[in-house]
Parts: sequence; structure tokens; C-alpha cells
Amino acid sequence: MTEITVHYQVNRPEFHLNVKFTANGTGVTALFGQSGSGKTTLLRCIAGLEQADEGIFIFNGEPWQNTDINLPAHKRPIGYVFQEANLFPHLSVEKNLQYGFKRRKASEKSIGYDDAIHLVGINSLLKRLPSQLSGGQRQRVAIARALLTNPQLLLMDEPLASLDIQSKAEILPYLEQLNQQLDIPVFYVSHSPDEVLRIADDIVLLKDGHVEATGHLNDVLTRTDLPLAKLEEASAAVTGVVSKHNEEFHLTYVKIQGGTVAVSKLNLPIGHKARIRISAKDVSLALTPAQNTSITNAFPVKIASITPTVDPAKVLIKLDMGGDYFLSQITKLSAHQLELTVGKIVYAQIKSVALMR
Amino acid sequence: MLLDFLTTLDTTPIVLSLKLAVITTVLLLIIATPLAWWLTGSSRRTKSIATAVATLPLVLPPSVLGFYLLLLLGTDGPLGQLSQFLGFTSLAFTFQGLVIASIIYSFPFALQPIQNAFESMGRKPIEAAATLGASPWDRFFTVALPIARPGILTAAVLSFAHTIGEFGVILMIGGNIPGETKVLSIAIYDHVESIEYDQAHALSLLMIVFSFVVLFLLYFLNSKSPLATAKTPAHHD
Repeated sequence: MTEITVHYQVNRPEFHLNVKFTANGTGVTALFGQSGSGKTTLLRCIAGLEQADEGIFIFNGEPWQNTDINLPAHKRPIGYVFQEANLFPHLSVEKNLQYGFKRRKASEKSIGYDDAIHLVGINSLLKRLPSQLSGGQRQRVAIARALLTNPQLLLMDEPLASLDIQSKAEILPYLEQLNQQLDIPVFYVSHSPDEVLRIADDIVLLKDGHVEATGHLNDVLTRTDLPLAKLEEASAAVTGVVSKHNEEFHLTYVKIQGGTVAVSKLNLPIGHKARIRISAKDVSLALTPAQNTSITNAFPVKIASITPTVDPAKVLIKLDMGGDYFLSQITKLSAHQLELTVGKIVYAQIKSVALMR
Repeated sequence: MLLDFLTTLDTTPIVLSLKLAVITTVLLLIIATPLAWWLTGSSRRTKSIATAVATLPLVLPPSVLGFYLLLLLGTDGPLGQLSQFLGFTSLAFTFQGLVIASIIYSFPFALQPIQNAFESMGRKPIEAAATLGASPWDRFFTVALPIARPGILTAAVLSFAHTIGEFGVILMIGGNIPGETKVLSIAIYDHVESIEYDQAHALSLLMIVFSFVVLFLLYFLNSKSPLATAKTPAHHD
């Protein structure tokens, strides 16, 4: 039974939080929302750092909090990564790592000390003080420190938000690796669609202190009634398997449900899971298979829905490619000229596809 | 000749002053640190009231303080009564009385630096410690105290210095009993009154040198703390 039941209610003069959802006890669940949506408060309630007026938290059948039980923060088997690393300034990197490691029972330890250090690549930093590290290094130490408490659940509060673009790029691969190598469920708070697209498996959309939607990442990304699809940079994240490499033209082929997509070559073994990103802006539609075009990726798809966008000149078309969904943003004029209707089979031409992992 | 002079100098007041300052400082740290910690987490109202009370000795003239302490510690005062009930003498004009008076007199100097240190540390390191499995006591001793160390050291130095320099309150409640309440500041005052400037000089200079050495050592040791290096530029590689 891998299931996490979450129900919190916080009533403050300026702020109300009332959320209730069930999350998968595996993979990465993004708690996504704008600032003020309550996502950080929710995470702090889950960690026991903040007291809710009403709280129920059941982790794979084990209650951490309900009407009778309320474990204090230090008794909850969590790892917490704060937005700004929050390392102990008076302790070296090594002592910071050992702080949590020493305080867990030896029998519970499943992640080795050296493994955690290797995982985030901080071997050379152990003797330093936090003040002698860059922002990205500090955050990597914080991630290792959280892992070393041997958490059953990892809580991450916008771990990349306070970093510059370069440091973000430095950490993202580590985060992805971590999620693939360790079998720890993660709640990942973020307001960045980019991060969520790369890291999350599931998503909980929060708005003004309540849950707007929950579900698998791509299901929520392509729901045209939700804010993510309405973004200028609306994208789909489709999961597939690496099927073939083409050395001559430097391409990697990823097999998804309705076809095979070519992307710039990436060093992944055949059979490896891969996630591709398809931006709505990069998808154009045609009634016949295009001839003499520079576009490599073109597939027959079925129109699942047609929705107006904020821009009155454009429409958002949801496309069904053998069970995988993605979006296309085209002009209303084109939609009219092509006589697009729900259920019609058209050819989607995807100008660019990014392989994310 | 100087040596001869120094050997004839009565050093009892110096020893007494040091003893008083050490005992007072130790007791003050033991009292003020948990109080500061508690105040850091309490409401603004509680904090304002407690801080105002604790700061009173700073603004009151020593004579006012001394007067009320005399009433409190004397034969008819509540603390004096308690002391007599327990089989001791009343506390006025005793060394124990001086310790109590010094603790009250120097209290703001101990409380404020520690409280400032806790406040500027904020909740974040404590929360990090909690998520790493540390109980409240554990967090206090392994995170709060070490991070607040510079503030605690400042509190110790200020309490010590302030107790050594205490004069008015001691005169009011301790009088001038050699070996019991005749501390350094009183002894110097006596020497000056009796126009024994050599002795006054000797005691004063000794005190200046000693105070400098103590302050230097404390600040020097403090500068070796990792927190003191926190201001150096971040190291990138």
C-alpha cells in the first residue's frame, strides 16, 4: 500500500489553507502554485514545523498526524531541503552531514554515508565551512544531509529558487539522478514549470490555499481548463523509451505510444526511460502528411479538444497520439481554414522536441 | 623598589573583586541564557515586559538600586528574613549579598547580547536541526548555543567588567568590610580619600592591565570561531 493521505487546514487572519489529496507513495510529486498559494506552508505542516488547525497525514498506512497523534518534527522520518540550504554555519560540511546521520538508528540506515556524498559530488568539500561554498555547492550539501537522515519521505522546498541559472543547471542533473536511483517518495514545492516538467511524476496544483487539480504530470499539463496549459510556454511532457541511435546524423529515437520521435542524440542506453518535452508553440497542424519539409517529427493525431486562449487570435488544440497527449497553439484563422473539429485526424508537425532525461 | 612596594600592597580587595566578578558572571550566564532563549520564542508583549524589567538596572541610579536592595537583603527584608530563617545572617553587608546585588545590577549586560544573538540566529537553524532528528534540548545545546557563542562571550565580558567596576551599589549594601565586602573600587576610593595616591595608582594600574589581558584573550579566542570567518567572501571553484 503505497499511498500518502494529506489533509491540512490552517486558518490565519490573512491566509487560509484547506487542502486534501492523496499522493502516490513513490516518485516525485510536485506541489505547484504561485507564491501565496500555500505550498510552502503545506510542506512545513507535513514536516511538523508548522501547526495546522486540523491535520491528517497518513504515510503508507502509518499515521504521522491525525486527531490522536501528532509527531513532533524530529520524530517524523523525513528529509527536508530548505530553499536556502540552511546549513549550520558553525559546522564543517562533514559535521553538517553527520548531524542527521548520527541521530538515526543504525538499523534504519539504508543510504551509506559515502554513497550520499558521491551522489551529489561533494567529496572535495568535506572540510570546508558553509561560508566557503557557492550557492550550488551549499544546496548539494543540504540534499546529502537530508538524504543521510534516511528519510521515508523527502520534502524539498524550492531547492533551486534562490540559485542563479548556472547553479540550477549544476543541480538539476543530481536531482534527476537522485529520483532515479533512490526509492524515496519526494514532495517537491515549486513555482517553476520548467523544473516541474523535468523532475515531477505527479503534480498537485495549488491555488489560494486549495487544491485545484491533482494527477499524473502530463495529464495535468495538457488539461486545457487548467492554468498550466494556458501559459505562453505551455508544454507536454511525454514519457517513452530510447529505441535507437543514429550516429551519422547525431540523433536519438524515442518510442512513445503513437510513434517514434527523433531528438538530438543523448548518451542513454537503448531501452532507457526518456521524457520528451513538446512545446505547444512548436506544434503546427496540416491536413495531409507534409512533403518536402524540414520537419523530422510529423505524426497523425486525433484532435481531442479545441479551446480558446487568452489571446483572442489563437486557439489551443489538444492532440491525442495513441494515448499520449500534447498541445498545439495555432491561430484561430488556421483552425477555421483547416476546418478543425474534435475527433478529426490531422498531421502534427513538431518543430522541436527536447529530451529532458 | 617597585617589587618591595608591590609586596607590601594589600591585594585582598583585588582577589575579592575577581572572586565576585567570576561568581557573578557564571551565575548570570546560567540564568540569562535560558531566559534569553525563552524570550526569543515568546510573544512581543511578554518580551517587552521582561526586557523592560531586566533593563531597569541600566537606567536607575546605583543609589536607588542600592537602597531597595538594602531593604530587600537587610534584617527586615524578605530575602534577609529568608536567609535568617535558614540559619544564616541577614544578607546586607555580606559577600553573598554583594553577589545577589551584582547579578541584578549587571543583568541587562548579560541578557541583551545573548538575546540579540538568539534573535539574529532566527528559527531556521533550529528548524533544520529538528528535521534532522534533534530533540528540543539537543537543538539548544548543539545548534543554538554554539551559534550564539559570540553573543554569550560578549555577555560574559560585559558582566565581568561591569561587576569589577561596580561602586555605588556596593557602597550602599556592602559597606567597607575588609576581606568581606571591601572590593577593589572601594579600596581605591579609600586610598584616594586618605591621600595614599601610590597605593591608588598601583591598584588602578594593576586593574587596567588585568582587564586588558582578559578582554584581549576573550576577543582573540572568539575570532577563531568559524562564525567569525563567516564574513569572508564565499569561495568558488
